[in-house]
Formats: sequence, structure tokens, C-alpha cells
Amino acid sequence: MQSIINRIENNQFWKFHGGIHPPEQKFLTNSKPIKPLHLPELLIIPVQQHIGVPGDILVNIGDTVLKGQSLTAPTSPMAVPVHAPTSGTIEKIALHVTAHPSGLSELCIFLKPDGQDKWRPRELCEDYKTLDRSDIIRKITDAGISGMGGAGFPTHIKVDSKPNIDFLIINAAECEPYITADDLLMREHSATILDGINILRHLLIPRLVLIGIEDNKPEAIEALKKATADINDIHICVVPTKYPMGGEKQLIKALTGKEIASGGLPIQQGIIMQNVATCYAIADAVINDKPLIERVVTVSGQGLEKPQNIWAALGTPVRDLVSLCHSTQPADKKAIIMGGPMMGFTLPIDTVPVVKTTNCVLVPSEKELNLHNTEVECIRCGQCAEVCPSNLLPQELQWSAKAKDHDKLKALNLFDCIDCGACAYVCPSHIPLVQYYRIAKAEIRQQELQDIKAEKAKARFEARKARLERERKAREEKQRKASEARRAAMNNSQEGTNAKSAVAAALARVKAKKAQDTGVSAETSTEATTEVKTETLSPVQAAIARAKAKKAAQAAQSTELNGDNKAPETGANAGADATPSDDKQSKVAAAVARAKAKKAAKAKQEAASQTPEENVPAEQTLAGQSSAEQEKAEEQMNTAPKEKPAADSKQAKVAAAVAKAKARKQAKAKAEQAESITEGSAPSQDEPEKTDVTSAEVTAKTDAAEAIETTEAPANDKKAKIAAAIAKAKAKKAKQSSNDLDESTDDSTIENPLKEGTVESKANSTTDSSAEDSDTASEVKPANDKKAKVAAAIAKAKAKKAVQASNAGSSEVDDTMEKADAKSVNSEADVAETEVNAEPLNGNDQSAPAVSSISQQKKARIAAAVAKAKAKKQQQAESN
Amino acid sequence: MAFWIASSPHNHIQKETSALMRLVIFATIPGILAQWYFFGWGNIIHIGLATATALLCEFFVLSLRKKPIKAELLDGSAILTAILLAICLPAVAPWWISVLGAMFAIAVVKQLYGGLGHNPFNPAMAAYVMLLISFPVEMTTWLPPRELWPVEYTFMDTVWMIFTESTQLGYSAEQLRTHIDGYTMATPLDTLKTGLTTGLSVSEVTTSPVFGDYFASGWEWVNAGFLLGGIILLAKKAIHWAAPVSFLAMLWLCSLIGYMVSPDLNPSTLFYWFSGATMLGAFFILTDPVSGATSFKGRLVFGALAGLLVYLIRNFGGYPDAVAFAVLLCNMAAPLIDVYTRPRTFGHQTHGLGVAGNKQGAKK
Amino acid sequence: MTSLLLALLVLGVIAALFGALLGFASVKFKVEGDPLVEQLDALLPQTQCGQCGYPGCKPYAEAVANGESINKCAPGGEDTIKKIADLMGVEPEPLDGAHEQDNTPKVAFIIEEDCIGCTKCIQACPVDAIIGAAKQMHTIISDECTGCDLCVAPCPVDCIEMRPIAQTTKNWQWDLNSIPVVELD
Repeated sequence: MQSIINRIENNQFWKFHGGIHPPEQKFLTNSKPIKPLHLPELLIIPVQQHIGVPGDILVNIGDTVLKGQSLTAPTSPMAVPVHAPTSGTIEKIALHVTAHPSGLSELCIFLKPDGQDKWRPRELCEDYKTLDRSDIIRKITDAGISGMGGAGFPTHIKVDSKPNIDFLIINAAECEPYITADDLLMREHSATILDGINILRHLLIPRLVLIGIEDNKPEAIEALKKATADINDIHICVVPTKYPMGGEKQLIKALTGKEIASGGLPIQQGIIMQNVATCYAIADAVINDKPLIERVVTVSGQGLEKPQNIWAALGTPVRDLVSLCHSTQPADKKAIIMGGPMMGFTLPIDTVPVVKTTNCVLVPSEKELNLHNTEVECIRCGQCAEVCPSNLLPQELQWSAKAKDHDKLKALNLFDCIDCGACAYVCPSHIPLVQYYRIAKAEIRQQELQDIKAEKAKARFEARKARLERERKAREEKQRKASEARRAAMNNSQEGTNAKSAVAAALARVKAKKAQDTGVSAETSTEATTEVKTETLSPVQAAIARAKAKKAAQAAQSTELNGDNKAPETGANAGADATPSDDKQSKVAAAVARAKAKKAAKAKQEAASQTPEENVPAEQTLAGQSSAEQEKAEEQMNTAPKEKPAADSKQAKVAAAVAKAKARKQAKAKAEQAESITEGSAPSQDEPEKTDVTSAEVTAKTDAAEAIETTEAPANDKKAKIAAAIAKAKAKKAKQSSNDLDESTDDSTIENPLKEGTVESKANSTTDSSAEDSDTASEVKPANDKKAKVAAAIAKAKAKKAVQASNAGSSEVDDTMEKADAKSVNSEADVAETEVNAEPLNGNDQSAPAVSSISQQKKARIAAAVAKAKAKKQQQAESN
Repeated sequence: MAFWIASSPHNHIQKETSALMRLVIFATIPGILAQWYFFGWGNIIHIGLATATALLCEFFVLSLRKKPIKAELLDGSAILTAILLAICLPAVAPWWISVLGAMFAIAVVKQLYGGLGHNPFNPAMAAYVMLLISFPVEMTTWLPPRELWPVEYTFMDTVWMIFTESTQLGYSAEQLRTHIDGYTMATPLDTLKTGLTTGLSVSEVTTSPVFGDYFASGWEWVNAGFLLGGIILLAKKAIHWAAPVSFLAMLWLCSLIGYMVSPDLNPSTLFYWFSGATMLGAFFILTDPVSGATSFKGRLVFGALAGLLVYLIRNFGGYPDAVAFAVLLCNMAAPLIDVYTRPRTFGHQTHGLGVAGNKQGAKK
Repeated sequence: MTSLLLALLVLGVIAALFGALLGFASVKFKVEGDPLVEQLDALLPQTQCGQCGYPGCKPYAEAVANGESINKCAPGGEDTIKKIADLMGVEPEPLDGAHEQDNTPKVAFIIEEDCIGCTKCIQACPVDAIIGAAKQMHTIISDECTGCDLCVAPCPVDCIEMRPIAQTTKNWQWDLNSIPVVELD
């Protein structure tokens, strides 16, 4: 350590490998003073001008901002804010090409200066030494200072370091052949730079401050020497001119002899490096409370009449700077390079703004730069390796890069390449080596990211598999336990003398699974038309039986609820709200019904499994319950026509989405499939119940599809939709009607129309038959009624669903009721609803067993179903 | 018209491969002049023949490979190869020797391996070795230097000799090589080798007139010419000094050791330097970047290996001169040398990566 | 005769010796598991897309190890096929025609106004990169999305699109030719 200091004190420095001596062009600009600040008509301020993450934008379009006001707020330690370089209004916040070689657009704030250049309130600080360390760092952070040499690393992170700093190195090398911005800054503002250095000393307490400067800037050296004459631990280290002396690692090596390990940071060796311009900015920020809003930019090149250094507000479009210096470039051969000729990048457009890292804008003349050389084969002359400051083997890297051999590239330490361009500069074959390396680096980084992502995807996939497996096991376990419990319960009840439950269990079992005849007869025993049943095919009977078993279970549950006077209430509430069977509504219903049907089917299965325990009232009640339901429906149906106008927009939207999707699916050649299903399902509807239970949704869908295609009879476009709804709900409806009325006549009458084949007729005849069997066919005929009927039919499924949901827990039912009530208050037909609410209460309680074949039975039932469905729907909507 | 877009760096040292090649070609001129002075027009005629053949071949293969013909044909590499090959040929070798050699050098050794920059062997040396092995008689029919010619031998004689294998007056090559005393004159290296195998000591052998005043009559000046050319190239930084210097140093060291061990059986160190193709090899063949080692250390090793091989082959091999063989052997070793002599990258602790590093890389 | 017997004996002993050595080695240096499958799995892109016909990348890796053709990984494309071919020591084959697709990196995107919250895509996603609940709008965690395409088909309202990953200054690949050229007048 001491030997290093001794060497430094004797001005004996080290050498780094390689390096080149491109022709100096600093004379173009280093004899003229820095031209004062120039404000353009529009400032384009990129939100991110540094390495790291951008901050959050604080301003809105149209806001008036003051000079120095921050436009973004840092959201993470790696973010630094940007500030308004002058006062003005925010014109827009939009994407614009920024200072990046890609020419891609990034988010920029467009600031229109108002010409007043009015400062925000500032707190000047006379003596930074009185400030707390953290205050100084906060000031630096708030001033938005990031490294101004090129990389743009946030300065506050660098200066907020551990105290054991051996060397603070001020990088004043400025090795790019054209750039004189730092040179001029040092000549003109050495005192401010010294202030900045002193602030850094105050913060970091380094053993020694080294200012590394190339020997081609004698005036700057002189100015700095003068400024630091009375400070002992600041050394002006004059190093030979050699590109890339200004590289961080190269300058550290040259000044201290230390090599920063590959991938390491200077701080790990007790070294911190700051650019002179950054020092200036720090002094400005801490002492003058002036954020980083302007910087010195060298505008140079032989394509300019008056190349010079300019104080440019950040956000100034390059075009303004170039026009200040009078471009002499021919209009058809333009090139603008941001940065120096060695590491700068060409701009695709001249409105790119000056950012914090922009130290040079180069406008070369055509002959000045090596613009149009063609690449030839590498002859392995090795000159690139001789000049490489990182001691790499550029020619081998080049081969591997061309071969995309990423492993070899990594083995050859590609990532130690600093993109300095020395190799490409000397290459006699004009191979754009650096470009190959950059592409290779970007590809490797991308590949690494992808590998990480793939690894993550794998992990997530495995985790998901494990989770699914777990869930499956848990489900099986649950089912197993449930069945055990059931078995145990059954044994208990058999052993015990609870005859009723035993009967119920037996009944359910029988109905659900085994004896068709028993099941059907159990149902039909309360009916009049047994002779029709004998005509039905046995599979149909089986299906009927199964469905009825389920229905019975549901009915039983709903009866319980009816006893509580809750379900009908909710149903009525919702029905009042939703029954309006205008076109939209039916459309909605059509869509919803499909989903409901499926859910209902699922729920039914659950319900069926619960039947043995819950179906205490057993056989006798079944008929009564169904008639109770009928009655309920009747009354609700009566209310239905009264409340047409209400339309639920949300439902409509959902329905629209579904319909859209359906339409698309149809277009997607699924039409044939749909047809085939329809064909397949038409015969299967010989056993309506079965179809309903097993493939309700499929049938509904295909029916709907066909209906949309084929229906002309009702003939309006809206009618078509309704027909779709009819079709979808039909199966459901058929089952329900038969179940509810417990008539095998019903079944058989449904059977025939279905065989006719068209959806339209099916729907009609379904309703017809239902109507017939309740002797009220004539009442259902009118057009309005028909629509309502359709909606009602669809909704019936929902009704069931609602009932099941309420079965799931009585508390939930309470909620449902309350919510439905609340909703009904909001609805347009308050009065009607309350009526409806009241009526079913009475009706269910008093006349459940009695009313079985009233003329309006059918309508009423439908209405009830609709009502219930709506209730459910609302409940869901509200709970959501 | 749009803004010009390119990748940095945007300036360039403005050197070109073809310029480099031209410089090397020019640097051969002193040697060629010396050759012309001492051995007549033969080599210059061969240079013309070989160059024409090489360019034709190059043109043909490039058009077959659908490469940019103009740029690659005129990059000078084919001409340089032809010149280097022709310099090495015996002055009175028949025309088809140089034609065949140039064809082989360009079509097979250079282009079949992928063209400029991809050939593992030095084309001129590979062609030379091919010719030497295939046509040993024609390739060893060396003329003595001008001062020892038994008869007058003009430019037209040379042309006749090359195309008809006898001079205008009907002398054959064999007759031209015959000393007035009646024995066939060979190159100094050959003479020495033959002499030593017949049991003579070095001092006895070197009394032969082919050794001239210093080391090897005529040859010493040819070598001096190439040395001069090499120094020009070094001064112009067209070639790197490592390989030639280590080559000459190694040759010098080996011959010094040999001389110290047994002066009777080993000629002086400078004899090694200034006879045969030593200087040509050192500055024009070993410095061929394409087939040589690339890193600095690699070049040192490459040159030293070549020097050692030249010494060994000259002393113990079957052929009198050894540069071509040594160069080819070193060409083969160059990739390996490169792998083991990779420089330590800035900021890395270990030197290079060697084979182990490669394996590691491959595993990843 | 003796020499013949001796020779036979010697050869027999040597054979037995080496046989024992080989047997010992096969026990001592036995490789656990099938490293080939692991290596293959590492080469696959882990999109878990199932386009190869196997439920995930690992099953396909196992299948390849057992002789399945190597050209079924559509997301991996030619690169992956080449790597697998290298590993397996077979000739690379062109991508299976049935699986041909452009493999520009994409992520799924849910058009939120169309989403009806059916959760079907959530069930389809092999890497759980979709969040949402029933009747709630779903969205894709684009960082986790492997671009496998599997969520597109199940969507009943077709509100999922595969969108190419946008190019930013951070993932730019130094393709100078892709820089939009601004015409000057």
C-alpha cells in the first residue's frame, strides 16, 4: 500500500496492456470556451437516463413545472429522478427515440419551456460540512445524479459506501479522441469541481484522492494544480495519452497498479471512481441545490462549421445543438454520432435528446471517419490481441461469436470485453469485432435469462403437478370418508328403528340406481297416466327414474326451505327483478342458462348423494313438494308479465361475450361437430332426462348453434336468439316439466316432438306438451307469453341451482334472501315484487298439496323458475 | 436518404490486409534481387509463372465458391504465396514445377481449406514439400552461384532451360551444375551433409567452392537480402518480431551447442543463419499469420520450435534443408500452442484457460 | 499340446480377470438414474406446452431417451433439435411438420374486457402463470408465461392472444438492421 502511494507521489505510474493512439481531434473544440446554455423550443426528457430502473412520473400533461422540479420520483434504490431543466408546461408524455444505440423509443416527458426559466424554491447550503452525511447523500439522490462519464451508474449508491476507501479516483482522462467536455469543464470550473471532490472526500474519507488526467490537456492540468495546490492528499496524476485510458479498470490499473477482478467492482479493492463532470454536478447539487439538469456537451466533427462545447439542458434535441454549430454535412449524407468515435453510437434521427451520459455529439464529414469499409476475412494477424486492454484474444472471440459458440465465448472471457473498440480500430480486415461481441453478449444474456426462466417454468410445472396430485388424493380421501360415513349411517339407521330414514334411504338408492320400474312406478303412482309409461322405452324409464330421484332429493330440500319461507321469497324477489322477458333479457338468460344447466347437473349429483340423509319426509312429500313448487311458479309467473322493462346490463354483457364466443367457435369449423352432436343428441333426447343429466350443456350448445342457424319462423333476429335460448333450455325444461308434474305422459309427449328434429318445433312442442298436460296450452300461445316462457324455461335450471345453493347452508340462504331483497328494492318494480314476495309465502304454506292441475300451472312454474334463477344470479353478482 | 447507422468504433487506423500483403511482397525484393544476381533469371521466371497460375487458380476457385472475386483475388495473398513458392524453387526447375506447385498451393492448401484466413498450413511451404517429395530430382537440381557456372548462361538460356530442360546450346541442367573439376555442385547445405556422411570434417567440407568466402557462396547474400526485407517489415510493423527472433535465436542456440560439443561435425552458427532458406523462413514464412500462432507467447514458442526442428532436420534428417518441413510441423502445432499460451485476461487470476478450460467450457 | 493348453489357460484367466473387473466396475461406478433423460430435459425449453404429444418436457425427454423422434419440440425449434441430435449422436432432423411454428418468443395476453372469468385457461396453464377466480377477470403473469399456447384453445370467448415479447432497450440484440430508418428530406 505504502509503496503504491510512494510510487504515485513520485509520479511513477503503471501500464495497462494494449491501447491505441487514434489521431487526436481535440483541437477542434478545446480552444473555445463553453457556449452558455441554450434552451430549445421543446425539451424531450427521457424518464430513464441511467442504469437501473426508471422512477414514477409525478407530472401530468398540461402541468406547469418550475426549473429544477423533479418530474419522476425514485421507486427503488437503483432509480434516480429526472428534473425539469427549465420552467414550462408538460406538453405530452409519450414514447420517443432516446439516446440508445437501438434507436428504440422509450417514455419521455415533453416539456415546453415558457421562457421564464423560473426556479423552484432552493435551499442554498453555505457549508456542506455542517450537513449530515445522510443529508448529503439525500441531496445527491434527489438531484438525480448518475455517472456522467458514460455508463450512468447512480452516484448516490457509489458514494454511500463503507468507509475504508483507499483511493478516490477522479476520472479526468477523457481518452476519446474528439471529446473535450471534461477538459473545458476543468479549465473553467476547477473550483466547483474541487468542491465536489471535497464533498466526496467528506463522504468517503479516502486515504488519497487521485485525479487521473491524460497529458494532452495541459491547461486543465494547470487549472487543477492551481486549485489543489494547498491540499496534500489530492494528487494530479498525469498519465500518457492512450485510448482507453478513461476506462474505469484501465485508469485504476494505470494509477494504482491494481487490477479489478473480472466481474468485481473497484469498491471491493477500496477504490471509488467518479467522473469530473459528476464531481461538478455533486457540488452543484449539494451547495447550490441545483439538480442535474444540464451538462457540457462537445459538439464536434469536421462536418461542422463551428464545433464547440455547449452547456446543454438535458432533453435538448441533438438537432438544436448541431444547428448551433452550423452543420456543413451534405443533405444526403448525414451521420450523427452520440458519444465519441470509438464508443459512441449513431443516431437514427436527430431529435434524440441529450441525456445525463451524453458527453459528445459528433458530426463527421464523409472522409473523416471510416464509414464504408467492407469486412474481409480475418488473417489472424493478432494486432487486435496486441491492442486489447483486457488482454483478450479478439480474433478467437470473433470466430466463436460467428459460430455462436457461447460456451467457448464465455471460456474466452467475452464478458471482460469493455467494448472499447481498439481491436476493431486496428483490424486490417475491417472486421466490426465489437459488433460481433455485442451481439454475442446480448445473445448470451438472453440465453441465460431464458435458462433461468426455463428452470423456473420447470419448477412451477413440477409444483403444479404435485399440487394437482395432492388435490386428487385429498378428493379421493374425502370421497372415501364420505362413503364410509354414509355406509355407517345407513347401517345405524337399519339397526335402529328409524323406519322413515331407512325407507328414504332405500327409496333414494332404489330410485337413483337400480330398479327402473320401481322408480318410475314410485313416481307414477301418484299420477293418472300410467299407461303411457308402459309405452316408453326402458332406457328412457331408467333415465327418468334417475333424474326423478335427483329431482326428488332437490324437491325435498326445497321443501324444507319452503317451510322456512325463504326460497320462494328469494325466488320471487329475483323473479320480480329479472323476469322482464324482453329480448335482451332472454338473450342473457340463454347464455346464463347454459352455465347453470351444467352447474345444476353437478350440484344435483351432490344433492343426490345427500338425499338419503336429508330426504326424511320421503315418498309422500314428493308429490306435494313438486306441486308446491308448481304453485310457487304459478304465482311468480303471474307477476312476471308485470315487470317487463328491467334489464340487467351486466348479464347482457356476459351473454354477449358467450354468444360472441359461440359464434366464433361456430365459424371455426366446429359447426360440423356441433351438427353431429345435434344429430347424436336428437335421438338421445328420446330419453330427455338422461340427456339433461349427462350432457345438458353440450345439447344446449349445439341446439343453440343450430337454432341460430336455422330458425326463421319466429324470424326476427331477436327471435332467433330467443330460439337459441329455447333450444338450450329445452332439454332442461323437458326434464323439469316432467319431473315437476311427475308424469310419464309428459315424457312421452316430449319424446315425439323431439323426434321431429327441428329445434324450433322441439321448443314449441316441449312447451306445448307441458302446457297440455296441465291443460293450459292455449294460454301459453301468445307471442309475449312465448318469450316469457322461453326465458322461464331457461331460468328454471337456475332456479334449481338456487335451491341447491340454499341447501348448502341455511345461512347462505339468509344472505341470498337479504341480498335479493335489497336488490328488489332497487329494481324498477318494487311494488310488484313485494306482492310477489308475499304471495308465495302464503301459497306455499297453504296450498302446496292442493294445487296440482290449475290452468295456469305451467306458466306459474316457469315464472317461479325464472325468479329463482334470477335470485341466484343476483346473489352471485352481489357477492362478487 | 436516412441517417447513417453503424456500430462503433467509427474510426479506423486505415490499414488494409491487401496493403499488408503488398508490403510483404515488396519486402521480398532485396532477396529476389540477390537471388537473381547469384543464380540468374530462373527464379524470376518462376515467380511470373507461379503468380499467373496462382491468380488463375484463385479466380477459378473463387468463382466456384461464389465469393467476391475482385476483392479476394487482388488482396495480394495469392501473389505472395506464388512468390514465396517460386523463390524456393531451383532456378532451373522445369516450368510445370512452379505451375503445379502454385496450383496445389492455391487450390488445395488454401482454398479447399476455406480460403484466406482458414488454411492451417502455409500454402507455399506445403506446395514446396509436395513438389520436393513428388519430384525429388527436379527439386534438387540447384545451380551453383553465378561465379561457379561452367558456361555462360543468359536469360534466354534460362527460359529455354525451364521450358525445354536444356539451354539454347543444348546444355542440360546437370551439365550446368558440373564443376570444371568434374563434380556436381550442390547447395552448400547439401554438400556439407554429403561431406559429413562420407566422414569428412566440417573444415574439410567447407573448402569446397560452393561455400565461398564466408558461409555459403551466393546463399549468404540471398539470406542477407531476405533479412533486410524482414527488417523493413519489422520496422513497418507489418510482422511481429517474436516468431523470427525466437526462431533465429533457437537455431543459433542449437547450432552453438552443437558446435561447442563437436566443432568437427557442426558448422558455425552463422552458417545456419545464412544458408538455405533460413532468413526467408524466419521473416516471410513463419510470420504468416494465418498458419502461425497468434499470441505473443505462442509466437515465441512457435518460432523456437521451428528453429529446433530446422536444426534437427538439417543435422539428422534426410533432407539437406529443413525450413519447409519445420514450418509445416509447426503449423500443425500452432492451434495447440495457441490454446496453451492464451494470455491472462485482465482481472483474471489464472493464465489462459488451456485444455482444461476448454473442457469446462464444453461441459457448461 | 501343452503350449496350447497353456495359452488357453492364460487367455481364460485373463478373460475371467477382465470380466470380474468389468463386473466390479459396473457395480462400483453404477450411475444412478438416467442421466440422459436429465441432460435431454435440460436441453428442452421447459415451456411444458405439450405440443410434442407428451405432458410436459420431462416426459418428452424420457420418450426421446427411449427412442422417440427428436424433432417434436416446436418451441425449441431447430436449435433444440440440433442440440438433442448432438447429445444423442444422431443426425438432426427438420422440425416435425405437424409441429411447425415460428418460435419467436411470445407470451399470452388476456383481452380483459372479453374475459368472462371461466377459469378454463387457469386449468390449462402448465406453469400456473394465470391468476384469476371464477367470474373474475383473469390475467397472465407474463414473467412466468412460457408462451406454450395451451391456454388459447380452452378460452370460450377467444380472449387470449399470443403476443410477441416487445423489444426494449434492455433486451435489444444489437441488430442494427432493425433500427427504424427515418427518411430525411
